[in-house]
Amino acid sequence: MFLTEATVIDHLEIASGYYRMILETPKISCQAYPGQFIHTRISDQYDPLLRRPFSIHRIDRKRGRIEILYRVVGKGTHLLTKARPGYKLDVFGPLGNGFKVDRYLKTAIIIAGGIGVAPLLTLGEELVKRGVSTRVFIGAKTRGLILCENEFKELGCEVRVSTEDGSSGYFGTVTDMFRDFLLSNEDISGSSPSLFACGPYSMFREVALLTRRFNIYCQVSLEERMACGVGVCLGCAVRVKGGVYKRVCKDGPVFSAEEVAWNDNSQAYC
Amino acid sequence: MITPKLTVNISGIKMRNPVMVASGTFGYGEGYENLVPLDKLGAIVTKGITMDERSGNPSPRICETPSGMLNAIGLQNVGLKNFINERLPYLRQFDVPVIVNICGESVDEYVELSKRLSEVSGIAGLEVNISCPNVQRGGMIFGKDPDLTYEVVSKVRKSTHLPLIVKLTPNVGDITCIANSARLAGCDAISLINTLTAMAIDIHTRKPKLATITGGLSGPAIKPVAIRMVWEVAKAINLPIIGQGGIMDAQDALEFIIVGASAVSVGTGNFVNPMATLEIIDGIRRYMIEHRIDEIDQLIGSVKV
Ligand SMILES: Cc1cc2nc3c(=O)[nH]c(=O)nc-3n(C[C@H](O)[C@H](O)[C@H](O)COP(=O)(O)OP(=O)(O)OC[C@H]3O[C@@H](n4cnc5c(N)ncnc54)[C@H](O)[C@@H]3O)c2cc1C
Ligand SMILES: Cc1cc2nc3c(=O)[nH]c(=O)nc-3n(C[C@H](O)[C@H](O)[C@H](O)COP(=O)(O)O)c2cc1C
Ligand code: FES
Repeated sequence: MFLTEATVIDHLEIASGYYRMILETPKISCQAYPGQFIHTRISDQYDPLLRRPFSIHRIDRKRGRIEILYRVVGKGTHLLTKARPGYKLDVFGPLGNGFKVDRYLKTAIIIAGGIGVAPLLTLGEELVKRGVSTRVFIGAKTRGLILCENEFKELGCEVRVSTEDGSSGYFGTVTDMFRDFLLSNEDISGSSPSLFACGPYSMFREVALLTRRFNIYCQVSLEERMACGVGVCLGCAVRVKGGVYKRVCKDGPVFSAEEVAWNDNSQAYC
Repeated sequence: MITPKLTVNISGIKMRNPVMVASGTFGYGEGYENLVPLDKLGAIVTKGITMDERSGNPSPRICETPSGMLNAIGLQNVGLKNFINERLPYLRQFDVPVIVNICGESVDEYVELSKRLSEVSGIAGLEVNISCPNVQRGGMIFGKDPDLTYEVVSKVRKSTHLPLIVKLTPNVGDITCIANSARLAGCDAISLINTLTAMAIDIHTRKPKLATITGGLSGPAIKPVAIRMVWEVAKAINLPIIGQGGIMDAQDALEFIIVGASAVSVGTGNFVNPMATLEIIDGIRRYMIEHRIDEIDQLIGSVKV
């Protein structure tokens, strides 16, 4: 974990309201692995005050770079869009426990809902590097907001997309598409796949039910509002089974779907 | 050039400088370990400890407000036993005074906590939290009433030899009255302020932004309130004061010291800038050199009004 100034190398609006930022930060890129996040101070003023967490979208160790992919939702992300190449961004990271990939894993499934694709591309790269055959399901509201389809295809993953308005791919949500896939590939659990998901809370809940039914090990990358990012403030609590809370920043953000008490959490942010 | 002396002694707690970390913002000392060497700090104050482990409030527990934040953690903590067995040994490794923040639902719970903590080694002092706004029983209820303050502090006083700091809530009409009760009951120092009870609404859903509806406001937004209260208490009673509320940099810390704080705690500032405490220590030192002040005592309460 480093507190460092990262230089903005490139910053592009890749879809309406979605930005990709390339940051030069050799220390973080060296230590980071898929599923971890950085905690970013967006202004040196006191409003917005708190740091904002963003998943690490890509890791380029050779060039000492990482990327983030973010959606503009409020004051902080709006302000972030103004950072030009050359700007020094105050970043803290890499933080959290990322995805766990078993050494003997042969097949993987990635499910991304909306901006949830952010932590999954670097995971896809890692999986492919390790020779894991990877299927990717990407869902978004509409065609223009399907992110990273080509990037996953270039990696050699099999990619399916869904849109809620039917403008591209499967007509429906990404979980509907995934359910249909499972029903016509019931033998999938035979290959002991691991599933990795990130997206809205409603998606997690359904994916958790489906993976339990089909006996697939599932990891999810959760979100909660954060202050410290290092486990000391206890602000980012998520309810897990057994009636206790875990910290999304320090115990997660990646959790096993089996662990989370899906019915007991606030749905707004998870 | 002078080498300014930053050491302070708060009723027997010897600190190498006046900069501490505030309860609930530094866990049990383990979160920032590779950024902030604990033995560079004046003291560390732990998260509030209760007899039994507490799981805390539902989420969302925090939200940002202009130049501040609301929290309603609900005193989630590992409980006394686990603290003593699992957390204290870690803290003992460092050459830094450890102050344990304690909170109870009843006077008996405060007494029991202070008794048990006085029997173990490695604790430099107790901070009696009678100001937590985020629990349904105990906490701030004691700190809002001068008689209850007196009762709890005097009983805790009898149960421990450790230096006793009482942490006050700003959610009262006259803070000097509560501070005076705590003094009469025998405490050694006063710590203030805890958070201000506050609320924020999401206008799209028309729901409160916190699951518990209200929470405690901290951060730069509360600093002027905290400065005023430290000044009032410093004028009214003759006890060392640990000032806190919105300290982000050395200038903020110096403001507290000038109105009468013998030491300061950094809370929310750690989240924004994990290096804040170290930068503040440096900044105070530079200020002293610049103003030719060789002991911090010369600054404490030096406000010209
Ligand atoms: C571990 C982690 C990884 C994340 N990774 C990404 C990512 O890769 N890309 C991305 O676009 N977003 C990501 N987020 C969410 C992102 O942090 C928030 O969208 C951002 O903090 C909002 O800041 P804002 O100032 O623009 O919005 P605000 O003005 O603070 O709020 C706008 C809305 O966003 C909500 N919000 C605020 N903070 C968070 C938060 N931490 N998580 C979720 N919602 C929040 C607010 O309550 C409000 O409804 C991640 C969050 C976490 C916890
Ligand atoms: C997340 C959080 C948790 C806190 N937990 C405690 C606590 O357990 N006990 C306590 O006495 N004060 C607690 N506080 C209050 C702080 O110690 C401090 O008094 C207050 O936040 C004002 O200082 P600040 O503006 O520098 O944060 C907490 C504050 C925050 C923000
Ligand atoms: S954000 Fe502070 S504990 Fe997770």
